[in-house]
Amino acid sequence: MRKTWWKIIGVALVFYTLIAGLLLDAPRLAILNETIRAMHFHVPMWFGMVIMLTASVIFSIRYLRTGNQKFDTYAIELVNTSILFGVLGLVTGMIWANYTWGAPWSGDPKQNASAIGMLIYFAYILLRNSITDPQQKAKIGAVYNIFAYATLIPLLFILPRLTDSLHPGNGGNPGFNAYELDGRLRMVFYPAVIGWTLMGVWLTELRIRLSFIKSKIDEED
Amino acid sequence: MKKIKYILVFSLLMMSLGLSAQKTEIVEEDYANDRIEMADAMRADGKIYVLVAIIVTLFIGFTLYTVMTERKVKKLEKSLKERE
Repeated sequence: MRKTWWKIIGVALVFYTLIAGLLLDAPRLAILNETIRAMHFHVPMWFGMVIMLTASVIFSIRYLRTGNQKFDTYAIELVNTSILFGVLGLVTGMIWANYTWGAPWSGDPKQNASAIGMLIYFAYILLRNSITDPQQKAKIGAVYNIFAYATLIPLLFILPRLTDSLHPGNGGNPGFNAYELDGRLRMVFYPAVIGWTLMGVWLTELRIRLSFIKSKIDEED
Repeated sequence: MKKIKYILVFSLLMMSLGLSAQKTEIVEEDYANDRIEMADAMRADGKIYVLVAIIVTLFIGFTLYTVMTERKVKKLEKSLKERE
């Protein structure tokens, strides 16, 4: 993971989406107007978050199976970056909603669900910090992480679809999903998802390395 | 050397005098002159390019900062290894 090529790809992809996302032609839709471009910036936060949380759960399971502390460090740092992405996703979503749905928070099921999801992961951080024994901290943290993930996925992807939601693709709301993500939007959107995820993994990698350095220093003291 | 200095100062003075003599007044129409090409792209389309430049600059800045942070981490790892 210490190679640089994937970091360069990540930077290049985000760089491309910043320019293409703002300048390429976008469908002219009522109410959304130019804000449809926010899709290239707001949605990748959530995609990146879910991808990194999935990786985190896999590392938590691997930790529980092997007892290797390394995997636990991977899991917690992935969650940390995911929380950053999630908070940014919430804030950018609120800005977007303020100008398209009329209010920053309209109690939309997906909005509520993602807020609850964030709280669940805040609790994960709190839970870990309240346990002093490193072994116990890792084990309880890993189990909690699995439960948190198992709660988050239905919260984000199943429950909002069962009711009416302002978010596109949920309930009776067509949003711009009625137009289907057309090829030109995809040309920016998917690179954005990959690029931002790679940026997130890069930040995570740095924090993992710092955490290893810290534990080494702690050992020597 | 002194002579050269005097000649230089003198010629510069003459040049500035000559320039001031050639001055033409800039009128209001010069600012609205469409025939002369200027860097208009940055001002066109509701100045979207300026916004792009700002956002791209921010991203470059944050990326460079991250690269520098990574270098610091590398140094720490190295010094830790050397201590062992």
